Amino acid sequence: MTNTGQYILETDGLTKEFKGFTAVDNVDLRVQRHQIHALIGPNGAGKTTVFNLLTKFLIPTRGSIKYNGEDITHIKSAEIARKGVIRSFQISAVFPHMTARENVRVALQRKLGTSFHFWRSVKSLSGLNDRADELLTMVGLERFSDSQVADMSYGRKRALEIATTLAMEPELMLLDEPTQGMGREDVELVTELIRKVSANRTILMVEHNLSVVSRLCDTITVLQRGAVLTEGNYQEVSADPRVKEAYMGKAA
Amino acid sequence: MNTKIGYLIAIALLLVAPFAIYPVFLMKLLCFALFASAFNLILGYGGLLSFGHAAFFGGAAYVTGHALKVWGLPTELGILVGTAIAGVLGLAIGLLAIRRQGIYFAMITLAMAQMVYFFFISADFTGGENGLQGVPRGTALGFIDLQDNLNMYYFVLAIFALGYFIISRAVNSPFGQILSAIRDNEDRATSLGYDVDRYKLLAFVLSATLAGLAGSTKTVVFQLASLTDAHWHMSGEVVLMTLLGGLGTIVGPAVGAGIIVTLQNYLASGPLGAWVPVVLGIIFVICVLAFRRGVVGELREMLRKSF
Ligand SMILES: Nc1ncnc2c1ncn2[C@@H]1O[C@H](COP(=O)(O)OP(=O)(O)OP(=O)(O)O)[C@@H](O)[C@H]1O
Ligand SMILES: [Mg+2]
Repeated sequence: MTNTGQYILETDGLTKEFKGFTAVDNVDLRVQRHQIHALIGPNGAGKTTVFNLLTKFLIPTRGSIKYNGEDITHIKSAEIARKGVIRSFQISAVFPHMTARENVRVALQRKLGTSFHFWRSVKSLSGLNDRADELLTMVGLERFSDSQVADMSYGRKRALEIATTLAMEPELMLLDEPTQGMGREDVELVTELIRKVSANRTILMVEHNLSVVSRLCDTITVLQRGAVLTEGNYQEVSADPRVKEAYMGKAA
Repeated sequence: MNTKIGYLIAIALLLVAPFAIYPVFLMKLLCFALFASAFNLILGYGGLLSFGHAAFFGGAAYVTGHALKVWGLPTELGILVGTAIAGVLGLAIGLLAIRRQGIYFAMITLAMAQMVYFFFISADFTGGENGLQGVPRGTALGFIDLQDNLNMYYFVLAIFALGYFIISRAVNSPFGQILSAIRDNEDRATSLGYDVDRYKLLAFVLSATLAGLAGSTKTVVFQLASLTDAHWHMSGEVVLMTLLGGLGTIVGPAVGAGIIVTLQNYLASGPLGAWVPVVLGIIFVICVLAFRRGVVGELREMLRKSF
């Protein structure tokens, strides 16, 4: 698996059309290994759609996707996940009717190879509890192992989501607005968490909070109306008048 | 702990019940309790509304009837064959339906079940409108005479216990964990590397198989397999039982089945005989409007709140 190529993810002419409307337009994205890479852009720019294409929740109209040098354009969602690309969703993605520990165990248990075993007791999964609790501790949820997730706060759900994602030991994490809808305190927590978990892995994240982006991200790609507007580090991108315009046009 | 005591009491009651209540009625109750519990596996735990479970119940009923009456198989084997065929039928229908969601899933299962129903109407071996009558009960283990209602009752109780155990184990298994994850958030389960369709398909096949076990057993009890078993009314009734008892609770559907079967029997012999469907319909409406969690679900919620 250890591929030493510079880019972990490359797209070539990635395009998605919805009934004549081009949501993603000829995007060539290069994500460098071990970087935190941001994908930013005004609302409706096509960021989430890019994520959906990368993880095959949507089928590209044109273009190709390479992961670790391998063409994954025609591979299904679940298999892409098994190759080490794990995504989060713009709204928190947890399993509300399970406990926090069970949530994390869902990610851990696939390796046991017993996920189709309907005759085996659920107790056979308790060997995973220590690892699950370790991951929960890492995101500051050690006190909530046995809590029903539906009752947890929004910030904690997002933290749990990250713990579950980490349980997959992903090589590439795709985070869609991990701090959206959070108060300042939770934003700080999650920012630090992302920094912590970025060691030895690559992160591609969509983020509206530019202070988070400036603190975390090595490379930033700006998307506008589906196409790449510019790319560079924070200084370069924030100095670009076209970027300001793209944001002002909408946000002001 | 509490559940253990609850189960012990239930077992004790079921063991002495035939001395107080007519065994054939109890057997009917157990067959439908098993049917509803099996159905709950796909609706309550898989989150998929099948509107075609009569095909599995009725299909197994006919096959077992034929196997016992025409082929002269031993009772257990006859039941096993019927159950297996329901599983195969479940696989076939499941493969076609499982990719669909919501109302489309319900429609495909209903359409397929109607095809099965029309096949039973036209096929010779089913005896058409008359059904398959006079199916021999035979013996259990080759020496226990099942013609005796008390023997038959304990035989049915054993089958029910086995089916019920398989269902509750499946719910509380590694597989059950993935199934509830899928029900809670299918996209997230996919993005954690699970091929969700395969898990849903297994749940559907298990559900169909156990619904078949209920149908086969029912044939032996009543020595009859008929079109009623495969009619879409039956698919609707099992939805009602499950919702009334409590969706996604382990005991709920069995309780729901108990209530419906008791009501049907009670009403049928009284002055309201012709109004049974209307009464059931009213119960359904009340249940949907006022007790969304079903009887067991509401009780559990009350207990949870009072602590
Ligand atoms: N399934 C779909 N069918 C039709 N149009 C779609 C679909 N998904 C997205 N779009 C459109 O594609 C465009 C890009 O949407 P997308 O969700 O990718 O934007 P985004 O950059 O993630 O925006 P936001 O910052 O609001 O999350 C929008 O105009 C949206 O309406
Ligand atoms: Mg978005």
